[in-house]
Amino acid sequence: MSTAAPAILVRDLHKAYGDHEAVRGIDFEVAAGEVFGLLGPNGAGKTTTVEILEGYRTRTSGIVSVLGQDPRQRSRHLRERVGIVLQSSGIYRHIRVREAIEQWARFYPAPRDVDEVVAIVGLEEKADALARTLSGGQLRRLDLGLALIGDPELIFLDEPTTGFDPAARRAAWDTVRSLQDLGKTILLTTHYLDEAQALCDRVAIVKDGRILAVGPPAELGSGSSRYRVVWRDDAGELHERETENPTALLHQLTSAALARGDALRDLSVSRPTLEDIYLELTAGTEQEPARD
Amino acid sequence: MTDALALTWHQYRLERRMFWRNPSAAFFNFFLPLLFLGLFGAIFSGSQKNLDVIVPGIAGMSVMSTTFSALAMNLTFLREQGVLKRMRGTPLPSGAYLGGIAANAVTNAAIQVAIVVLAGRLFFGIGWPRDWIELVVFVAAGVVCLASLGVAYSHVIPNFDAAPAYVNIVFLPVIFISGVFYDASNAPQFLRDIAQALPLTHIIDGLSGALVNGKGLGDHLSDLLVIGLWALAGIRLATRGFSWDQRRA
Repeated sequence: MSTAAPAILVRDLHKAYGDHEAVRGIDFEVAAGEVFGLLGPNGAGKTTTVEILEGYRTRTSGIVSVLGQDPRQRSRHLRERVGIVLQSSGIYRHIRVREAIEQWARFYPAPRDVDEVVAIVGLEEKADALARTLSGGQLRRLDLGLALIGDPELIFLDEPTTGFDPAARRAAWDTVRSLQDLGKTILLTTHYLDEAQALCDRVAIVKDGRILAVGPPAELGSGSSRYRVVWRDDAGELHERETENPTALLHQLTSAALARGDALRDLSVSRPTLEDIYLELTAGTEQEPARD
Repeated sequence: MTDALALTWHQYRLERRMFWRNPSAAFFNFFLPLLFLGLFGAIFSGSQKNLDVIVPGIAGMSVMSTTFSALAMNLTFLREQGVLKRMRGTPLPSGAYLGGIAANAVTNAAIQVAIVVLAGRLFFGIGWPRDWIELVVFVAAGVVCLASLGVAYSHVIPNFDAAPAYVNIVFLPVIFISGVFYDASNAPQFLRDIAQALPLTHIIDGLSGALVNGKGLGDHLSDLLVIGLWALAGIRLATRGFSWDQRRA
């Protein structure tokens, strides 16, 4: 297999549940070693897309390739090369942390060292604890440990930090970055903008089953041709204007201000941030609690 | 193939460890048939005829509770908790995983039947089984039949909170009409007809032959036929409707 082949390839993916079309023509590629994020509000179709890639759901139409294979075939070989962290998944209540990771190691042809994985997910002190005594964040780290024990090339993380406190989120981000350093390909879903910005090489903004924009987080903002000009008039009132031609606008503003003797206090010219783009693109999303 | 067998074995070992790691639950699990034997033994004391009925009856009840009831409850729990979905995403073959779970239930059935046989010998004047082969055949047939029906039944249980009610609405009436606690031949005809159509009556008839009256396998072929038909239906329904994911209702 060529190393240039994408780890994930999705072309014109559709998924309908009865009358409801959850995914309406999604295209994207994830390169080997890339951290790719599906960013969008709840109900956008992120989880449906990821679960099709993981082999849990069958697609209605479109082309899907994961590590060169069609996940619909559910081949054991593919599952040996992929690690999955689901949005929520249970574990035996009376299993110990280390015991669980040891048990999972048997499923894979070339597992990582159990103690190493316990350390990567930061559960050394809880290695002998029963799963039912773990906190929510610790269980989430055990989820990650179980996904990593097989030394996968590709890791799916479905909303990995939902419900975490800020410190736990930072710790989880560090873990994801360390996986990236190991050369793993990661597909993550999130509805946190800062998470996508902090972790992803590229982000696709998903809404209503479609991808609205895709690119590196920094460029998604600056790639826009629009500029935002903000200033305060003499009465102290804040004005905001958006333009594709900031030079002309500034010329007009400054000439008028000079003529009047105004100061144009707090004048600034900025590119829209990813947050602006995200909020604008996903504005007016209908609330669909049923499927993500 | 040897790999799949090894993985089944490891899964079975894990299930056994998990079972014993909840010791009070394990204790009550094995104590229940003994308690029933003790209670009904006290009620029927002095009537060997009645004791001859309840020992194979409670052996049959044990097979049903450890396989049908336990698997229906366990699978509902594992599905609702997302354990099934998690396992589905690993390379562990589905057969190895479910085989381990089923073997765990079968072990509990074997232990409970052994306890009942031993108690029958020690306290209820039943003696050792007349026909060991017949005992093994009927326990094995009963286990396959009731385990597959338990898996199939888990498909219709909507969530774990509902599981005890769903299981008891089948388990309790079936043990009452199948002659676990008394000789059902005095029951009204329509109840006997229903009981004759269900597998537990035939499992208990076979166990009765093996443990008490010494009628051999040759006299119980029609019982095996009914159990076998239920087993086929159970296996078909268990595999067809199997869902790894909690319904999103």
